[in-house]
Amino acid sequence: MDKFRMIFQFFQSNQESFMNGICGIMALASTQMYSAFDFNCPCLPHYNLAYGLGILLVPPFILFLLGFVLNNNISMLAEEWRRPQGQRGKDPSVLRYMFCSMAQRAMITPAVWVSVTLLDGKCITCAFCTSVPVETLGNASHPSLSQGEIQRVLARIPCKEIYNGQQLIANEVAVRYLRCISQALGWCFVLLMTTLAFLVRSLRPCFSQAAFLKSRYWSHYIDIERKLFDETCAEHAKSFAKVCIQQFFEAMSTDLVAARCHLPRKAPADAGEAAEKLLGITDQGTMNMALKSWHRCKPPLNLHPPALPTGNGWAGEGQPPTHPSAPRKETAAYYSCV
Amino acid sequence: MDRFRMIFQYFQSNSESVMNGICGLLALGSVKMYTSFDFSCPCLPQYNMAYGLGIMFIPPVILFLCGLILNRQSLVMLEEWRRPAGRRKKDLAVIRYMCSSIMQRAMVAPVVWIIVTLLDGKCLICAFSGSVDPEKFVGFANVSTVQVQQLLAKVPCRDDELMRNTSRRAVSRYLRCWSQALGWSILLILIIAAFLARWLRPCFNQATLLQARHWSNYIDIEQKIFEETCCEHSRLFAHKCILHFFESMRQEIKLHSFSLPGEGEEAEGEQDLLQGITDQDQVNKLLKTWYYEKPPLDVSQAHQR
Repeated sequence: MDKFRMIFQFFQSNQESFMNGICGIMALASTQMYSAFDFNCPCLPHYNLAYGLGILLVPPFILFLLGFVLNNNISMLAEEWRRPQGQRGKDPSVLRYMFCSMAQRAMITPAVWVSVTLLDGKCITCAFCTSVPVETLGNASHPSLSQGEIQRVLARIPCKEIYNGQQLIANEVAVRYLRCISQALGWCFVLLMTTLAFLVRSLRPCFSQAAFLKSRYWSHYIDIERKLFDETCAEHAKSFAKVCIQQFFEAMSTDLVAARCHLPRKAPADAGEAAEKLLGITDQGTMNMALKSWHRCKPPLNLHPPALPTGNGWAGEGQPPTHPSAPRKETAAYYSCV
Repeated sequence: MDRFRMIFQYFQSNSESVMNGICGLLALGSVKMYTSFDFSCPCLPQYNMAYGLGIMFIPPVILFLCGLILNRQSLVMLEEWRRPAGRRKKDLAVIRYMCSSIMQRAMVAPVVWIIVTLLDGKCLICAFSGSVDPEKFVGFANVSTVQVQQLLAKVPCRDDELMRNTSRRAVSRYLRCWSQALGWSILLILIIAAFLARWLRPCFNQATLLQARHWSNYIDIEQKIFEETCCEHSRLFAHKCILHFFESMRQEIKLHSFSLPGEGEEAEGEQDLLQGITDQDQVNKLLKTWYYEKPPLDVSQAHQR
């Protein structure tokens, strides 16, 4: 158990650092994704806004959902939320704590994407190039151009190679203006997020520390209990399988002894443990039969009966077969393979 | 107990190093952020100053807040400050010591940003190009005031053909010189202040300082150990709860079925591990009961059985 205790403590103490690590990796991945993404503004009046805002807002939404999906605790939260009450009451503050901590971690990557996008400036330049104030920045005295024509010219601002409105407004002036606005928005967004994070973190000890300690303890408890239960079930399954297989081999070897009417060869006295492990199967033909039988007719999932009749070769000693509560599965099937 | 002692010593010695490490990482991060940030001055009269000063002062605020958020000791200090006095008095000197050490560490990254910004010069050139006295430079003699403002605002940008290169470069050099002088001066003043503070501190209140440092470390360690003990406790609680659950399932199975557990054929060790649950239906029932009716959070009955 010492080994398990050390592993559990590792997971417990490092659960937070593990999740923080995943968060950090996803944030780095989102910056990498942004730089690898080939941004191509369509430079058409109505498409620019949709494209620009789409690139600004859709990937963060995807990354937010991904943050939930990659978080192991989401299934724990769902399970705790949906389980029937039974003999254990449900505490909504624990559920709220679990949800809040998951949501906070999932928000980091989208916030990084939005910040990087705004600080880079391409999206806002693409989305809002048709709204540049031509009167203040450029040469508005172009009466020959209609409103639609002006919109089309302005829409080509992000695409320098096809821009033909240099007399209307210089390309560099417009791009600098839009990028300045975009970067200002970006820094304000980052400041806002950081301030929110700071307030959330520092106001908590001032108001609800006792409730927080309680929620945190019980949410860790639920996590540990689930892991420990899985661990116990795995141990149980291992023992179950071991006994099941042992009984299979024993029955097999006894059956063969009975069918062939010869005494089992006695293992030499000095073979010891190795001979025991052979379980009475000592030649190729027998082993092949055991393997075939294991494949064709697996034994029932029922460990009660050394006393049950397992076939026609069984001498049926002792008490008559008792009826366990489980329905009887195929018990004698493997004899047909002999 | 040896293991616990080693862990305590680790926590003790490394709390400071962890915080110093985070501080250093944030400082490096701020340099990296500055170099990867694409500074582009708008070169418009009303926007230059706002942009330049914004880039110089808003990221330091963000870095300062990040420094406070990432420092675990700030939470510890807040908890100590806001807790009800109860049976343990609060010592304000300890809280002040913790506050000052947190602030000092959090100030490193913003100061690094400001100094790097000043030494690079782009921000100040962008912010103050419109405030330069045009008479000091050659190219502004016969130009109207509005035009002068426009031209000066375009100094940080290089692509306007209206600007004569010599005047633009002269203004740019002038502002950069001021910016770098300011940067180096601030760096010198800060280092002298840090040097004096560290040298002169032992002359004043050394005993109080030692006490404050000891008790602030103590509060930090106490909280870590409390969390660790809670983890240990919840693990044991869960262990007992699950054993109790398996035991009650086994009792229920014994009551409802007539089968006797197999005797002697199975190894004793395996029998214990199987907890009396030995066929598929019993396992299914156990799993279903675990979902539909989790056991109550009360392991006192485990002792009474």
